[in-house]
Amino acid sequence: MTGATLPSLSLGPVLYLWEGPKWRDFYFRIADEAPVAHVVIGETVCSKRLHFIEPHVGEVVERLERAGKSVSLASLALVTLEREAQVVRALVRDSTHPIEANDLSALGLLAGKPHSVGPLINVYNGATARLLASRGATSICLPPELPMASVRDIVRDAPGVSFEIFAFGRVPLAISARCAHARSKGLVKDNCQFICGDDPDGLVVETLDRQPFLALNGVQTVSHTCQALIQELPELAAAGISRIRLSPQDCDMVAVARVFDDAIAGRSLPADAIARLQNAYAGARFSNGFHYGQQGAAWIADHAST
Amino acid sequence: MTVSSAMAVPLRLIPIPAIERATRLVFSHVMARHPGLFDRLGDYADKRYGFIPSDLPVGFLVEPANARISVHRKPDLPPTDAAVTGGFVLLLGLLEGRLDGDAVFFSRDLTVIGDMEAMLALRNALDDCNIDLPSDIGSLAGPLAPLVRRAASEIRSRVLPREAGQWN
Amino acid sequence: MELICPAGTPAAFREAVDAGADAVYCGFRDETNARNFPGLNFSRDELKAAIAYARQHGAMTFVAINTFMRAGREKLWHEAVDDAVRLGADVVILADFGLMAYTAECYPEQRLHVSVQASAANADAVNFLVETFRAKRVVLPRILTIPDIARLAKQIRCEIEVFVFGGLCVMAEGRCSLSSYATGKSPNMNGVCSPASHVRYREDGRELVSELGDYTINRFPAGEAAGYPTLCKGRFNVADERGYAFEDPVSLDVMDHVDLLREAGVSALKIEGRQRGKAYVAEVVSVMRRALAANAAERPALISRLRLLSEGQRTTSGAYEKRWR
Repeated sequence: MTGATLPSLSLGPVLYLWEGPKWRDFYFRIADEAPVAHVVIGETVCSKRLHFIEPHVGEVVERLERAGKSVSLASLALVTLEREAQVVRALVRDSTHPIEANDLSALGLLAGKPHSVGPLINVYNGATARLLASRGATSICLPPELPMASVRDIVRDAPGVSFEIFAFGRVPLAISARCAHARSKGLVKDNCQFICGDDPDGLVVETLDRQPFLALNGVQTVSHTCQALIQELPELAAAGISRIRLSPQDCDMVAVARVFDDAIAGRSLPADAIARLQNAYAGARFSNGFHYGQQGAAWIADHAST
Repeated sequence: MTVSSAMAVPLRLIPIPAIERATRLVFSHVMARHPGLFDRLGDYADKRYGFIPSDLPVGFLVEPANARISVHRKPDLPPTDAAVTGGFVLLLGLLEGRLDGDAVFFSRDLTVIGDMEAMLALRNALDDCNIDLPSDIGSLAGPLAPLVRRAASEIRSRVLPREAGQWN
Repeated sequence: MELICPAGTPAAFREAVDAGADAVYCGFRDETNARNFPGLNFSRDELKAAIAYARQHGAMTFVAINTFMRAGREKLWHEAVDDAVRLGADVVILADFGLMAYTAECYPEQRLHVSVQASAANADAVNFLVETFRAKRVVLPRILTIPDIARLAKQIRCEIEVFVFGGLCVMAEGRCSLSSYATGKSPNMNGVCSPASHVRYREDGRELVSELGDYTINRFPAGEAAGYPTLCKGRFNVADERGYAFEDPVSLDVMDHVDLLREAGVSALKIEGRQRGKAYVAEVVSVMRRALAANAAERPALISRLRLLSEGQRTTSGAYEKRWR
């Protein structure tokens, strides 16, 4: 891969509800084995889940930092209740670590402090990126639906900001006040019994013709396919992307990180990388359509033709 | 809301050229009174639209870009980009923008095949036109006149209760 | 409370004004607005005439420029704001921070409303936009309960507008890529959701099948009313259960709660439906006008008439009531 500096790897927050010990052990292994430089932790999807990870955040941060990773804390994506607003205010007020803003309230409260911007904030152009940078954003993970043409323009138009791309994982597509996951099991959000914890990789939504389409993750809807921007890495690096984000799935994320690390360093060919990725995430269907301005679910195999 | 067979039968007997002459007269008159239609249609004016009354023995092909309408006896209907099939009264109601196209479609009184985008463009363009058949065409309709008059009064008496559904 | 009414065409605009709208909102005929549908929306000349018509009748014109500027094509959005301001729009409704910054800087006197697409769902978010861009009003996403709104109203320094009737987004607005996942076209980027260009209907035996892109969104047995294949209102299989996974094909109606909304501090009530025909606009606006003037006891009878106009002929109060969640 060419270019003065190669992008580094970052690990996004776990989007799913994992039991506390599972969540902790996942990060311990990441700390010990995964070639990622940055780790974003925290519950972003549902405030009702916060207590599952809270007891473990301290030890996870410590272990990750001891392993030389930089750690940021993610804020909630949907903030409607006073209790949720208080969580975000406390995070911004008390955190000793950089914060990744995932909703407008965090963005507002973080003005003047260095922070990062998560993929659920709508940054579709350089003007928006520059505005956020002027308020203290130092890195921005761009929305997954952005095509490469926009990525290139935004990076060019907002010098001084580190840009990150959502390169691996089921794509967060939507979030709702209503919990489709609880609803699918005959429950409502207020009495959900944390049923989404039964599906640590999401609950598949199929069409009536039995075609896998989406997956439910509590109030969030994610893609059925797993975004895999790996043959696109040289292009992303050449465009000036600083970080490549891997979003945790319930699979061997250490192996996934190694595949991306090798691909970035030019130690593996795209075809090999995809085969290894398939081994690390058995059964996953990959997609990269958003990158090419096509439907997000599409898989464009022949990179050269674009 | 179908045309009675007593009204449809004569159409089987009238030669196509005669129906076509009357239809073209109506069509050109309406088009002349509503030039904004083309503007709003934009590129979709190049599409070929079929209007196929399920209760009449004929179908209509409209090519807005050429300001052309032709009449074809079933089942020999030419290919179209988008076609709508439904009762004659319904189709005229859509033309006048007095019926909500979505609603009749969702009630399954209407079938749309082909290019949905083109059909939607035409629907929206017609909606802005304020076509009013009785005042637009007066007595021009020739052999279709009784049909059109009857249809227009039906449309006016049944507009809103038929509405339901929506796009998007 | 003001009544804010939709118009997709000049004809619908005049109907809305005639029926008693306090303000009519509309957009230009391109991807700068979130109802970028074929054959819909306004040219510059049409907007100019519409604004004049509204003025004559004491109504305001709001111009929605509420998609996100495409990188490299910002000029299209800048010109939309320039022209809306030049033509005398009373309000521009914006979602993109970059465009809000442009507007606040170039046209400091122009009244700016925050579109529902901006996803400002809490006090800190709204205050951020008020302080940064001098927004005068926020259109709240359809994810808040009425008590949420009342609490919010006490903490913010701008007016509140809420949707009360029409189409219902199940997902938080401005944060949904379901459509682009299936079709490549999204509300944020292209101003369309589940676009007609990707819609197909086919008969399968006695069923009518609606498809969006490569996906079956619904199957309608003979005799059942059909629906448009909007992704979040489709029928799917989840864990072997067949049904509406996100929401039934219903639309929003919170007119039963209009007094509560007033008490909560809401300044304006918004009707969705720029894509609907002029007959729909005329009927909904005039009924709503009467309903607002009526007392609570008379209101249900007036509003029930509108249910016939709604998707599936059924309505929901959606997230405004907690049990919807």
